[in-house]
Amino acid sequence: MTTLRKIFLRREAGIAVMIVLFCLAVGAVKPQFLTLDQLRIILLLTPLIMIGAMGQMLVIVARHVDLSIGSMLGVSAMVSGMLYRYDATWFGVDLPWWSGIPISIVVGALLGLGNGLLITLFRLPAIIVTLGTLSLYRGLTFIISNAKQIDRQWIPSELKGLAQTSPIMGIPWIIFIAFGVALLTYFFAMHTRVGRQIFALGSNPVAAPLRGIKVNQVTLLVFAISGALSGLAGILYASRWGFVNPSNTGSGFEFQVIAAVVIGGASINGGVGTVLGTVLGVLLLGCVSAALPLLGIPGTSQAAIYGAVILIALVIDRSVRQQGIASLKRARA
Amino acid sequence: MSTIKTAAPAQADISPVRPRWQTLLIRPETMTFMLLVVGVFAGSLLSPFFLDLSYILRSFTLYSELAIVALVLTMVIIAGEIDLSPAANMALSACIFAWAQASGVPIPLAIVIGLLSGLAMGALNAFLVIGLQLPSIIVTIGTLTLFRGLAQVLAGDKSIRVPEWFIGVDKIMLAGVPLPVVLFIVLAIGLGIVLGGTIFGRNIYQIGTNEVAARHAGIRSARIKSTLFLLVGLVASVAGIMTASRLGSVRYDIALGGELQMVLMAMLGGTYIFGGRGTILGTFLAAWLLVIVSTGMIVANVLPAVQLVVLGGLLIVAIIATNLIYSRTQR
Repeated sequence: MTTLRKIFLRREAGIAVMIVLFCLAVGAVKPQFLTLDQLRIILLLTPLIMIGAMGQMLVIVARHVDLSIGSMLGVSAMVSGMLYRYDATWFGVDLPWWSGIPISIVVGALLGLGNGLLITLFRLPAIIVTLGTLSLYRGLTFIISNAKQIDRQWIPSELKGLAQTSPIMGIPWIIFIAFGVALLTYFFAMHTRVGRQIFALGSNPVAAPLRGIKVNQVTLLVFAISGALSGLAGILYASRWGFVNPSNTGSGFEFQVIAAVVIGGASINGGVGTVLGTVLGVLLLGCVSAALPLLGIPGTSQAAIYGAVILIALVIDRSVRQQGIASLKRARA
Repeated sequence: MSTIKTAAPAQADISPVRPRWQTLLIRPETMTFMLLVVGVFAGSLLSPFFLDLSYILRSFTLYSELAIVALVLTMVIIAGEIDLSPAANMALSACIFAWAQASGVPIPLAIVIGLLSGLAMGALNAFLVIGLQLPSIIVTIGTLTLFRGLAQVLAGDKSIRVPEWFIGVDKIMLAGVPLPVVLFIVLAIGLGIVLGGTIFGRNIYQIGTNEVAARHAGIRSARIKSTLFLLVGLVASVAGIMTASRLGSVRYDIALGGELQMVLMAMLGGTYIFGGRGTILGTFLAAWLLVIVSTGMIVANVLPAVQLVVLGGLLIVAIIATNLIYSRTQR
């Protein structure tokens, strides 16, 4: 099999082709869609979803699902926002502007760890636990903020600057951060022992412990990573939009992220998923969101498109899996 | 496998039958019932309104739509599936109904259109879950997003008004009980009989306990599960139209987040999340419990945010408790 054929047979090739076809189709109707400015808009739409999608991909690969990421994003953004608002000082040292980044990540990781503990300690299904914590963490956001929004003037301008520009060709830092997270996830998932164990666990949860995989620890880690990345997305939300609102920040985030991950080819039956596919899935969603206003389709239709995209991706995933099973049978016969 | 070799299970077989009061005590509904009694007692300390039946009935009407759907959802969970989309289904069928009547369709026909759309949404779920063998968890997350999104497309950010005479299903009283509550009670009795006393109902338990075995025993699991998904869709659209009548106008965010409360009612009532166990009586009691708790928090001036925390926490505590109870009875 030639290298070219191998590339085309990969799942990611299909998504890449879909992105190209979609962009060409929109570009044929509205030529301004194929400009660099538009590329910038698309890339600016995607970083938060990409960061969230990396965590969610690992969760889905481990045969779980995390519905609470939007609320974890909200809580961790709010914790940092409150610190900025009250100009906290630690042991007499003023907090530097970037302190919100590690704080949000830690807060997110702790919340994610909470999910993981409930799931592993009591052997509960992730979907119900995270449905509960979706509501619980959202409530926490209101409680710690006293239901008040963190306004623009409280967020340090250096932090907001991350979403505007950088010394490198004026491409905003958050885009580099998002792709950096994707690269790290790639390395973690493909080239570390624990990363491979996540895939083994998702492929066959029964066999994994027999293989010496510490299932509980891996599960905890996966949910903690998902939380930590939601936390990072949270502080970048503050950077990108310049405010943190207790009810809006992060609500509906989970659906965008799950849509991106399942289009990216991660299988809901666990064990299958690639970073490249997820990145392409995120970009496809970004293209669709950027094309809507150009085509004069109201923004209200976005949620419906996400929903339809999830269902279509599920059906595609099923047909791919069945082809795989059929070819296995043929190989055995 | 290893338990077969040990002698303990054999002894368990010949051990005397548990006395009736003990089997009653370890039923999860008993826990729900006791919590309900405690809830009413605590509520009455908080405010004398809680001893006023008409006040509780009036508060219940606010939750009756979700409670009605939760009854059917219980059956879906017992059959080993889950449906997170009915709250979005309520919004979409209410929007379709309101949009139809606003564009000149007579109300009875608009209601039929709303109900049919609910049925179609149930059919979509059934097709994806049973026809294509996709996991219901992710499918219904997808349809949840889709239905809510379509409702948003249809209604936009505006609210669609319904005619004056159509408003107020919750004000109609039958023997002093609001109509939605009557409907809930009647449906609970009906579904309770179906689930507990008919072959169809017993088959649902068998599917949820072990679907492969059930299929080998000749139970048409695909047909039964499809029926359940269709039923959820239909009942959700009834609930959606009732909400429209109660609120007097329809927005796309009707029952937003209602899936949490529906699942919570089923879980509090002792329905086992992995299927095979649970009763309508449990969900029936849990619905009242949830209303008492929610109303109690409102009376006690608890912040809405804290209520979110309580509901989310309650869901987690409820599944942990149910799982513990069942794992004890397994011993």
